[in-house]
Amino acid sequence: MTVRLWWIRDGGLIGSGNNHRASGTPCEPAPPLFAKVPVNSNLLLAAIPATAFAAFPLPLLLQRYGRASAAVAAATVMAACLGLLLSLAPATLAGHREVARLAWLPAYGLDLSLRLDGLGLLFCLLILSIGLLVVLYAAWYLPASDRLGRFYSILLLFMAAMLGVVLAENLILLLIFWELTSLSSFLLVAYRSDKHESRIGARMALAVTGGGGLALLAGILLLGHIAGSYELTVILTAGERIRAHALYAPTLILILLGAFTKSAQFPFHFWLPSAMAAPTPVSAYLHSATMVKAGVFLLARLYPALGSSEMWFWLVGGTGAITLVYAAATALFRNDIKGLLAYSTISHLGLITLLFGLDTPLSIVAGIFHIINHAIFKASLFMAAGVIDHACGTRDMRRVNGMFRVMPITATLAIIAAGSMAGVPLLNGFLSKEMFFAETVSYPQFEPLGWALPLLATIAGMLAVAYSSRFVHDVFFNGQPVDLPRQPHEPSRWMRAPIELLVVLCLLVGVSPDWTVGPLLDAAAGAALQAPLPDFHLALWHGFNQPVLMSLLALAGGVLIYALRRPLFAWQDQLPPMHPRTSFERFYRALASGARRTVAVVDNGSLQRYSALLFGFVVLLGGWAFFSAPGGTGVRPAAQPADEVAVAALLVLLLGALGATALYRERLLALILVSVVGLTVTLTFVRLSAPDLALTQLAVEMGTIVLMLLVLHYLPPRNAPKSSARRLIRDLVLALLAGGGLALITLQMLAAPVDTIAGFYLQQSLPGGGGANVVNVILVDFRGFDTLGEITVLAMVALASHTLLDRLTLSAPQHDADGRRWAAEAHPLFLSMLMRPLLPLALTVSVYLFLRGHHVPGGGFVAGLITSIALVMQYLANGIAFAQPRMPQQPVRLLALGLLLAAGIGVASWPFGRPFLTSAHGHLPLPLLGDVELASVMVFDLGVYVVVVTVVVTVLSELGRLSLRARDGEAAA
Amino acid sequence: MEAMLAIAVGVLTACGVFLILRARTFPVLLGLTLLSYAVNLFLFASGRLQVGAPPLIRAGAAYADPLPQALVLTAIVIGFGMTAYLAILALRSLAESGGDHVDAVSTEDARQ
Repeated sequence: MTVRLWWIRDGGLIGSGNNHRASGTPCEPAPPLFAKVPVNSNLLLAAIPATAFAAFPLPLLLQRYGRASAAVAAATVMAACLGLLLSLAPATLAGHREVARLAWLPAYGLDLSLRLDGLGLLFCLLILSIGLLVVLYAAWYLPASDRLGRFYSILLLFMAAMLGVVLAENLILLLIFWELTSLSSFLLVAYRSDKHESRIGARMALAVTGGGGLALLAGILLLGHIAGSYELTVILTAGERIRAHALYAPTLILILLGAFTKSAQFPFHFWLPSAMAAPTPVSAYLHSATMVKAGVFLLARLYPALGSSEMWFWLVGGTGAITLVYAAATALFRNDIKGLLAYSTISHLGLITLLFGLDTPLSIVAGIFHIINHAIFKASLFMAAGVIDHACGTRDMRRVNGMFRVMPITATLAIIAAGSMAGVPLLNGFLSKEMFFAETVSYPQFEPLGWALPLLATIAGMLAVAYSSRFVHDVFFNGQPVDLPRQPHEPSRWMRAPIELLVVLCLLVGVSPDWTVGPLLDAAAGAALQAPLPDFHLALWHGFNQPVLMSLLALAGGVLIYALRRPLFAWQDQLPPMHPRTSFERFYRALASGARRTVAVVDNGSLQRYSALLFGFVVLLGGWAFFSAPGGTGVRPAAQPADEVAVAALLVLLLGALGATALYRERLLALILVSVVGLTVTLTFVRLSAPDLALTQLAVEMGTIVLMLLVLHYLPPRNAPKSSARRLIRDLVLALLAGGGLALITLQMLAAPVDTIAGFYLQQSLPGGGGANVVNVILVDFRGFDTLGEITVLAMVALASHTLLDRLTLSAPQHDADGRRWAAEAHPLFLSMLMRPLLPLALTVSVYLFLRGHHVPGGGFVAGLITSIALVMQYLANGIAFAQPRMPQQPVRLLALGLLLAAGIGVASWPFGRPFLTSAHGHLPLPLLGDVELASVMVFDLGVYVVVVTVVVTVLSELGRLSLRARDGEAAA
Repeated sequence: MEAMLAIAVGVLTACGVFLILRARTFPVLLGLTLLSYAVNLFLFASGRLQVGAPPLIRAGAAYADPLPQALVLTAIVIGFGMTAYLAILALRSLAESGGDHVDAVSTEDARQ
C-alpha cells in the first residue's frame, strides 16, 4: 500500500491521483505536477461554460437543414465542451484546483469566477457524457414531426446552466446558474405545451425549485455576510467561523431549503413525479442524472463550510432518511413505469442526502459514489422506460406485460439496470449500497439508537428490491400485454445504443470499481471533504460482515414483499389518499385567487380608494416615525410671542379652510374661501421674515384663481350626489388623523432644538454667490441644479397642456344649476380700457423685480409670475380673440429657449474647467449707470423667468381657448 | 405663535385630505390647493419661526433660515404646476367621459 500525498496550495487541498487508498500526512508539493498544468488552463476552464452558452442557439438556427443537423449541432457542442474538460481532467484528477476569475461587479462581491476541482469534474463529466447519450437517444425518441431545434437549444441551455452551477466559484454566480436550470427545465418539462399535464408539471417544478432558489439566495447572502466573501475558496476554509456564528442556523436552513427542493426531498418531493410529463429524454437527463443532483451537489460543495454540526446531522440526515423510506414505499405502488422510477429517484436522492447527513468522511465518499452509480443506472432505466413507452404507447404496468418475448435485448439491459437499482452484487448499485449499509452500522454518534439506522437502511433496501422486482416482473414477464395501443417491437439500434453503453458501465463499475471510477471518486471526494481522504477500499467482497447480511436480508425481504403484493395493494387501496400534488395545486390556486382578491381591493380603479389607502399608510408610517424618533441636538429656538394680529389671521385662515370644506358643493364660494386662505398664508410669510415667499405666493394665488375659474366655467353645473355616511365617516377619520398628526409633528418640530446648515449659505451668499438675497442665491446658484430640474418639470406641465388639450373642444354650459343664463356681456369696457395701459406698467414692475432679485426680494420666479399675471389680465379684460394673436405663437420654442438659457449658462462653465453651473460675478463700471454688477446667474434666472411666463400663459390660454374652439364650431355649424 | 402655526397646518391638512377624498374633480383641486398650503407652511416651519429677520444680508442683522424658504419657493411654483396639470386632466376627462367624476365613470355608475 503506498502513501497518499496531500498538500496545501492556495488554502485548498490537493490529492495525488494514486489509486491505492490510504490516509496520509500533508507534505511539500512535487514541482513536476505544476509543470504539467497548461499555462492557459484558466482560459480553457472559462471556455467550457462560455462555449455552452454561446452555442446553445445553434440547433435552433440549424434546424432548417433538417432534424439531423439540429441533433448533430447539439452533440457537437457537448463534445466540444467535453473535449475542453478532458484537456483539463488529468491535472484535476491529480488534485489540482483551477480557478479562473474575471471581475464583474467587485463592489457587490460578484465576480465571474469559476473553479474546477474533483467534484466539479465529476459533475461536468456526468452532465456532458449523459447529455451526449440523451442527444442521441432523443433524436430517435421524439416524433419525426418535431423539428427538434427548439428542444436541443433548450437542452443545451440547460446543460450550460448546469455546467455553470458545478463550475461556479462565486456563490451568487452559482445561484444565477441555479435559477437558470429551473427556468430551462421549466421549458423542457413543458415541451409538449399543448398537454395540460405538461403545463401543470412544469409550473409545479418551477414553483417549487424556483421558490427554493429564493431561499437559497437568502442563505447565500447570509453565508457571504458571515464569511466576508462569496468566493468558495474563502467560504470553504471558514467552516469553524461559520458554524460558530449566531446566524448559522438560519443560513443552514435557507440553504438546505434550496438543496432539498431541487433534489426533491420530502416534503418537496411531489414536483418530481409531476415533472414526469416531460419527454423521456428530459427525464433521463434532468430527473435522474443532472438537475435533481444539483441539490446534493450543493450539499457536497458546502459540506466543509456547513457540515459537522448536530443541526446538520438532524436536518440533512433526518430529511434524507424520511425521503429514502417514504419514496421507496410509494414507488412500489406506482402503476406508471416513469412514476415508479421517479419515486425511486427520490428515494435514492434521500439515500445520498442521508449519507451526507451522517457527516463522516467515509459517508461523504459513499454519497458521492452513489451519485455516480445512480446517474448511470437510472438514466439507462429511464431510457428503457422510454423505449417501452415508445413501442407500446403506454407506460401502465397493468397493461404492459410480457415484454421479454417482444424485445429481449432491451429487456435484458433494463433487468441489469434494475438489478443495479435494487443493489444486486456485481453491479455498481450494490457497491455504494454496501458502503451505505456499512456506514449505518458503524455510525459512531448514535449509540442509544444504534440499531435504528441499520434497520431503517435494511427496510429501505427491501423496498428498493421490491419495487425493482415489480418493474422487472410486471413489465417483462407476468403473462400477456393487455390492450396495448401499439404493436410493440425492438427499438432501432441507435435508440438502444445509449442504454447498452450505460448498462456496460454498470457492470464494469460493479466488477472493477477501482480502475473505472476510483481516481474520479478520489478527486471528487477530496474536493468535497477539503481534507485527507479516509482509509477505504472499493471492492466487491469485504468478507462476510454485517453489511453483507443486511444486503441478503434486503434481497430476501424485498422478494417477500413483492410476493405479498396483492394483499399489500389491497391494503394500500383502502388508505386515505395522500396527494401532496393536489394540495400544492390547491395552495397554488388559493394563492392566486388571494392575490386577485387583494388586487381587487387595493386596485379597484377608484381614485378615492387609492387616495384613502395612501393617506392611511402616511398616517401609519408618520405615526410610527413620530413615536420612535430620537431627539435632535442643537440650539432650542426662542418661542415667538403671539399677538392680536396673528390670532386674527389664524381665525381668518380657519374660517376660510373650514368654510371651503363645509361648503365645497357651493363651488364658487368655496373657491373664494380658499383664496382667502391663500392670502392669509401670504401674510403669514410676510410676518415670518419670508418676503420672497410672500411675493411668489401672492402671484401664484392670482394664477390659481384664474385657473380654477376657467375649470369651473366648463364643469357641469349639476351638484354632485352626497357621499354615503360610511364614506363620510371614513374620510373624516382619515382627515382628522392626518391633520392632527401633522399638527402634532409641527408642534414637536417647532419646539425641538434646531441644527441647521443655514450658516453656510448666509456666510457664502455675498462672497460666493454675489447676492445679498440669500433665498435667490440659493435658488439660482447654490442649488441651481435643483431649480433647473424644477423648471423642467414646469415646462412639462405646459407641454402636457399643449398635447392633452390640443384639438379638444368643450362647450361651456349655458345655464347654472338653477337654470339661470350666464351673463352675456363678456368683457366690461371699463376693465379692458384700464388693462391695456396697465400692461407696460406691470411689465416694468416685473423687470424691476427681476433685476433686483439677487439682492432684495424678487428674482426670476416672482418676476415671471407677475409678467404672466399681467398677460393673463389682457385675456381676461379683452377676450381671447383680442389677446391671442398678440401673444408669441410658439410656446414650445419659448420653453426650449428658457431651458437652454438655464442649462447653457451651466454648461458655459465647462470650458473654464469648472463643474456644471459654476457661477461667476463681477462689477462693471459703466458710464451714466455707474457701477453695475453682473453675474452669470442672471442668465440662469432669465431662463427661469422665460419658462415660468410661458408655462402660466400657455396653460391658462389653452384652457381659455377650449370654449373659443367650441364657439367657432357652433358658428361653423 | 408656534402652536398657532401648528393648528393652521393641522386644519389645512385635515380639510385638504377630506376634499381630496371627494368623488368630483373640483373639490379634489381645492383639496390639493389646501394641502399644498399646509405642506408649504410645514416645510417653511422646519426653519423655525422668526419675526423681522428676512434672509437679506446686511450689517448686524439676524436672519431667518433661508434654505427652507428656497425650497418652499419652488414648491409653491411646482404646486401651481401640479394644480394646473390636474385641471387639464379634469377637463380632458370631462371631454372624454362627459362627467366630472374622478374615475371618469358616468354618474349613474358612481352613485353611492
